Amino acid sequence: MTGGKVAKVILIVVFVALLAAPVVFKRLAARREAANTVRDTASALARYGFYLEEVGQTSSAKFTHQVPTLDKQLDHIMPQVASMGAGVSVVDFDRDGWPDIYVTNSGEGSKNALFRNMTDGSFKDVAADLGIADVNQAGTGVSMGAIWGDYDNDGYEDLFLYKWGKPELFHNDAGQKFSRVTDKAELPEWVNANTAVWFDYDRDGRLDLFLGGYYAEDVNLWHLSTTKMMPESFEYAQNGGRKYLFRNLGDGSFEEISQKVGIETRRWALAAVAADLRGTGNTDLFIANDYGISELFFNDGKQFREVGKDTGVGFSPKSGMNASIGDILNQGRYSIYVSNISEEGVLIQGNNLWVPREGTTGDALRYDNLARAMDVEIGGWSFGAQFGDLNNDGTLDLYLVNGYISANRDLNYWYDFSKIAGGNSTIISDAAHWPAMDGRSLSGYQQKKVWLNDGAGKFVDVAQAVGASDLYDGRAVALVDLWNRGVLDVVIANQKGPLLIYKNNVTPENKWIEFELEGSASNRSAIGAEVRLFWNGRQQVQQVSGGSGFCSQNQRRLHFGLGKNPQLEKAEIRWPSGKVETIEKLSIGQTYKIKESA
Amino acid sequence: MSQSAESMDSAILGGAGRRRFSLDNRYIAPLFITFILVVGHLGYGILESYEKTGVAIMVAIVAELVLGRIFFGKWVNLASAYISGISCGILVRSPALWPFALASLLSIMSKYVLRVKGRHLWNPSNFGICALLFLAPETVAALSVQWGNFKWPLIVIWTLGSIIIYRAKRAHISATYVASFFAFAFLRSYITGDSWWAEVAPITGPMYQLFVFFMITDPKTTVKSKKWQCIVVFFVAFVEMLLRLNHVVHAPLYALFLVGPTAMLIEIWLESRRPVVLQESNAT
Repeated sequence: MTGGKVAKVILIVVFVALLAAPVVFKRLAARREAANTVRDTASALARYGFYLEEVGQTSSAKFTHQVPTLDKQLDHIMPQVASMGAGVSVVDFDRDGWPDIYVTNSGEGSKNALFRNMTDGSFKDVAADLGIADVNQAGTGVSMGAIWGDYDNDGYEDLFLYKWGKPELFHNDAGQKFSRVTDKAELPEWVNANTAVWFDYDRDGRLDLFLGGYYAEDVNLWHLSTTKMMPESFEYAQNGGRKYLFRNLGDGSFEEISQKVGIETRRWALAAVAADLRGTGNTDLFIANDYGISELFFNDGKQFREVGKDTGVGFSPKSGMNASIGDILNQGRYSIYVSNISEEGVLIQGNNLWVPREGTTGDALRYDNLARAMDVEIGGWSFGAQFGDLNNDGTLDLYLVNGYISANRDLNYWYDFSKIAGGNSTIISDAAHWPAMDGRSLSGYQQKKVWLNDGAGKFVDVAQAVGASDLYDGRAVALVDLWNRGVLDVVIANQKGPLLIYKNNVTPENKWIEFELEGSASNRSAIGAEVRLFWNGRQQVQQVSGGSGFCSQNQRRLHFGLGKNPQLEKAEIRWPSGKVETIEKLSIGQTYKIKESA
Repeated sequence: MSQSAESMDSAILGGAGRRRFSLDNRYIAPLFITFILVVGHLGYGILESYEKTGVAIMVAIVAELVLGRIFFGKWVNLASAYISGISCGILVRSPALWPFALASLLSIMSKYVLRVKGRHLWNPSNFGICALLFLAPETVAALSVQWGNFKWPLIVIWTLGSIIIYRAKRAHISATYVASFFAFAFLRSYITGDSWWAEVAPITGPMYQLFVFFMITDPKTTVKSKKWQCIVVFFVAFVEMLLRLNHVVHAPLYALFLVGPTAMLIEIWLESRRPVVLQESNAT
């Protein structure tokens, strides 16, 4: 054989090997995944330190989300437009020490539910009795989500309800009933909103309110004046709803100041989270936008400035549907998780995990997307996600729900979706041009992700192994210690599906500690307050949040897993007012109720 | 290995184009595609990162240099490899780095491996991208929505592309394909009942700009006669329609993948018969 022929044979062998490589690696990965999947709870407990048990459908917290029926001109794509509205938020509305659950509904005339925690594992829907159930009446729009915050500092959490329609504010009258105070608050007549966050942007001790529009506010989805209300671009759309920042004036009214303070954008907001990302004491605002880039607004105390491109989070456009934060590396800094779309062979956007770059702080803060490196990138058509220590091992894990439209299992709308999504703006922006869905699924019946943080920079999906096996179209996730056991349970709102409550069972070897904060100079909900816990020579920071994830709000109480045999050192509490308090001599397995010192 | 191993992804780099233009003009295509890339990225951020596109280009260039040296005995012109690499860098969409490298490598290697009678069969980047879409769909997708959906980038790219492809005497290929696409869009709309606008939507998107100007016009992987070039590209559009009716997302890429080599094989087979006919004729 001549040298040329030998070279040719080698070339062919290498060529075939390269073609085979992706398939071989895929099979090896599948084998590894199969090996990681244990099927019984005892094994899951031993191997991962926890397992989940769905109790919502067998409990008295039965609830099924209903979808709206919009303008007839949208009939052919109705499942796609009416694809959101299942929201869940956690609140102890009556201050009995047991967290309750508020769930939004979206059918015209459907009722929202407030499940009062009866402490014995059962729940009682008290929304109708308290006046916050019948909030989806025809002509007023339908609920998308809700957030709780004590805007008047009277000690009881008030309810802000955002809708595709008239936003509503309900005052909590000492846990006995709710009074509608929308008119006094001077909220706008109509906003097609999918996100809102309570936070004290100017640190005056009163909670302010951010509200993010999705569809433009002049669009009434029940009475369309035009079908040209869809995004003008799949990844560069700027024809969405406007944004609002309502400054709390302290007398029950709010002043809308978004333009005055520099928050002017018409991207299609689906999620927002507020946190002090730079350690300045001021709360910054991150917005995850559908059909475009994310936006990050640095708060200089009185003014905001958009720094998405500068910080690295606002360049590559995707389909942002979630914004949640967590100190995933136990380094005292927040990473931001944004969910996007990944569909095999069609669209692989990948979710984003924005991790602060080493050595960058303050205005020079930069983020790197480490979703791939840390294995939390591919999550299907992802929606809500939350960070929390599910197995109390001392590192924050990540729970992600997904699935867009689960209809006919055998028929797929992806081809038509991709066809129209790449078209010119005059085509894509007109709903009349969109092909009919005809009962087809679009990224439906997807497996959820429960990513366990190994503490060394990697996450492992253990969803199937620990019992998170539902295939509903998940939207909102909230983490809460429902029965004061020192573990984080998981509550999930599914679009056109049931409310799920995953009761968490954690190995007792892993210890915990919790903090329940109450502001005095700061807002009484303590939203924006941080606890930095030091133990075993490491630290973790958590913040009381006024809304995060997708259409959701976790419990206000901060839960820290500590792992085995923890040696607690101290907890530093930084209040929104700027005060810093340090607590030493902490004990494990306790919930510390701490009021800001005068 | 024959001279034709030094294949080009673009019309302007080979065949009649090479004879017609000066040496500098041979680089119009690479410059044009670079222009698309730069404008697209600065305006719309079409690249997920410089790193990925850089890797795609570098792998293609290094592979071409090495394989050209081994099998061709000289340092080959790198314009073709550059276009293959940059096409993979733009068209492959993946959060991972390796698909960009693998698509480029397979693209270049296909020119040296998949050959019949000294001619390679597949457009290199079409082969590399389709191979990954078949083999690693969980990691790879093809560009479909980037560039925004706005008219001015569309108009600029189509105008410049048309001028360049016209000067390279390959405009008939692009024009035939575009006309066929629109005609079949009408037919699909009639069959499916979907809006005609929905059926023409894809060609108003960015992937088709690269497809129309760079892939279907590749002189090394198109048949030689002008008439048959038009017929073949018509069949590409026809097969694309059949695939679209079966809801195949990457229909144009797959149509070219199927029709292009088939046409090439038929031409090679016909050419192989020609000398025999000539001999018989001479004998007669």
